[in-house]
Amino acid sequence: MPEQKTVTLNMGPQHPSTHGVLRVLLELDGERVVKATPVVGYLHTGIEKTMESKLYYQALVCTDRMDYLAPMSNNLGYCLAVEKLMDIEVPEKVQWARVCLAELTRIKSHLVWLGTHSIDLGAMSMLLYTFRDRESIIDVYEACGGQRMMTSYIRIGGLAHELPVDFDKKVRRVVKQVNEGLVDYENLLTNNEIFINRTRNVAVISAEDAIAWSLSGPMLRGSGVKHDLRKANPYSGYENFDFEIAYGEKGDAYDRYLLRLKEMRQSLRIISQALDGMPEGPYRARVPGVVLPPKEDVLYKMESMIFHFKIITEGFKAPVGSVYQAIESPKGELGFLITGDGSNRPRRVRVRPPSFVNLASLPRLVEGGMFSDVVCAIGSIDIVLGEVDR
Amino acid sequence: MGIEEKIPDSIILTTLDKMVNWSHRRSMWPLGFGLACCAIEMMSTFAPHFDLARYGMEVMRPSPRQADLMIVAGRVSMKMAPVIKTLYEQMPNPKWVLAMGACASCGGVFNNYAILQGVDRIIPVDIYVPGCPPRPEQLMDGILKLYDKVDKESLKDKREDWGRRVG
Amino acid sequence: MEEQFRGFIKDQFGEAVIREDDFRGEQSFYIKPEALIDICQAFLEDNELQVRFLSDLTAIDWLGHERESEGRFELIYNLYSLTHAHRFFLKMHLPAEAPKLASLCDLWPGANWMEREVYDLFGIEFVGHPDLTKILTPDDLEGHPLRRDFPLTYEQPQFSWNKDEPPEVIR
Repeated sequence: MPEQKTVTLNMGPQHPSTHGVLRVLLELDGERVVKATPVVGYLHTGIEKTMESKLYYQALVCTDRMDYLAPMSNNLGYCLAVEKLMDIEVPEKVQWARVCLAELTRIKSHLVWLGTHSIDLGAMSMLLYTFRDRESIIDVYEACGGQRMMTSYIRIGGLAHELPVDFDKKVRRVVKQVNEGLVDYENLLTNNEIFINRTRNVAVISAEDAIAWSLSGPMLRGSGVKHDLRKANPYSGYENFDFEIAYGEKGDAYDRYLLRLKEMRQSLRIISQALDGMPEGPYRARVPGVVLPPKEDVLYKMESMIFHFKIITEGFKAPVGSVYQAIESPKGELGFLITGDGSNRPRRVRVRPPSFVNLASLPRLVEGGMFSDVVCAIGSIDIVLGEVDR
Repeated sequence: MGIEEKIPDSIILTTLDKMVNWSHRRSMWPLGFGLACCAIEMMSTFAPHFDLARYGMEVMRPSPRQADLMIVAGRVSMKMAPVIKTLYEQMPNPKWVLAMGACASCGGVFNNYAILQGVDRIIPVDIYVPGCPPRPEQLMDGILKLYDKVDKESLKDKREDWGRRVG
Repeated sequence: MEEQFRGFIKDQFGEAVIREDDFRGEQSFYIKPEALIDICQAFLEDNELQVRFLSDLTAIDWLGHERESEGRFELIYNLYSLTHAHRFFLKMHLPAEAPKLASLCDLWPGANWMEREVYDLFGIEFVGHPDLTKILTPDDLEGHPLRRDFPLTYEQPQFSWNKDEPPEVIR
């Protein structure tokens, strides 16, 4: 019998710590990982293909269901890209409201990440705390879009409808609650010896490697690269806000944990600024034939009703050409490349998925490390399989 | 009048069906796996605020061999379908399936080449919960409806079914 | 900034650049596919422009459109300079028959999965890729879903009710 040196272990697709349906084939030499091969595609939904067959407005629905932890970020990215393609300027109020919602989404996504990541590492109670605070953000979502998760509230050219009356009050309550919650999380984890031992010097990646592997978001900043699209290429009026980029030094899982906590605090800062300075104005741009007219006009004005009818039934025709719009989603650089071909449906919608690209570096993170650290590495990348597989 | 008067207080008389159903219903352990968006709502259901533990089923089993209830939470892709079928077959009898959300029930908005148009094409589904994703209350309601369904089951109907599968 | 990038690529690879595009203020260069590796290497090694980040890589199928005359598949490489916060695109057209292109895996390890995805969904071959296999679609799926002639809805016969019927095709 030939001597077998390594053991191959299959992890997933049904595994509680793979955050969905990721499958990893691990080659183990004792406790050490010799080779790791992630196998993805178990949630391949054909979203890009589906969007090609839909009108620009209809395709928006699919974006929610990609990164389902941060639906508003996806809405924002898609709408910004279509607005770029159609050359639409949105009112200032819309920009501020969008920033506010996008940052709420960032917190929401990070809260789920924090809960699931710490459950993987044995801190069972964290999930209960983070989901408690997440519910308050979901309340805001519900007030805005009527749905708990898939709101599709950010629309092409503006918002679906006016911000809810008690938006300000609700969001301020979130800010207060998350602020208090963050203290709880830090007390529970930051100086927790078990947590530190499980995450310090685990899944380390250097700055050069992070760039070469095209990582983005917390994975890139955790290694000390000061790059944030909100600062580098501001979109949706981020240049009006005062905030700092959080970044790590060593590029290990613990750094990324600290960084995400810092990011949440910065997000709270941005939200407070957005609430304080929210300008007055219309909630949707007025571009006849492209952006849906406000509902009040549809009820009382003939032209608006015709435009409404035409947009709903046959959409609008986009020019021939490709545009790319990247935003800093909670996971990293979320880009939408939209190609119009002169018809009312997109020729191609390409999503640059941050989780997919970040996940590609998993072998680099875990090979040579201990077997039990694989779970920590997967958690610290913060993947969402809906976005990886699309 | 009858025998009831003669037996001590600690003994209760019932039918076998009722007792079996009662015990099935009170110890239903779901299989802990999520597929897509609905899985997050499923987690919310187990988390505080909604707290499914009130119904005695917060124990998610990571292994299908210890689970009775499969909550198919999310869209089932063509690549995942054989895996789901294997998971279902690994679960011991009696077992129930809850299709959570539009995608698991009928494919939802994704009528395309990649998504299985309803998980009932590969495994029998006991209860469908609509919504995209369903609210936690809806999921709870679905589970309670499933309890009602379990209450109406009879061992007589199952005997043939189980016998076939074992034999 | 755009001038610098234009100057750089025009000076060194003047004959490889077919045309330039400035749609909605996004700088893109249509290049000859053979020159891709050299151009990327030159950008990667240049210390002034600092183009170190391959942001994205994707393809477009122009089947049935007037643009198809240039070549059915359009490949888009999305490069980013972290220092200058400048993004530009390298685009090229490939023919419908046996589309092939050199792999960038030696320059950027991150290109590995992106190229696999394009291979899986479009059927474009990347020469020199270490492991060019399917990534998203199931192993038994035939064809490349994101090609325009692949039907949106057609259940593969694996669990099928429509095995013997002609499939209902929705495009």
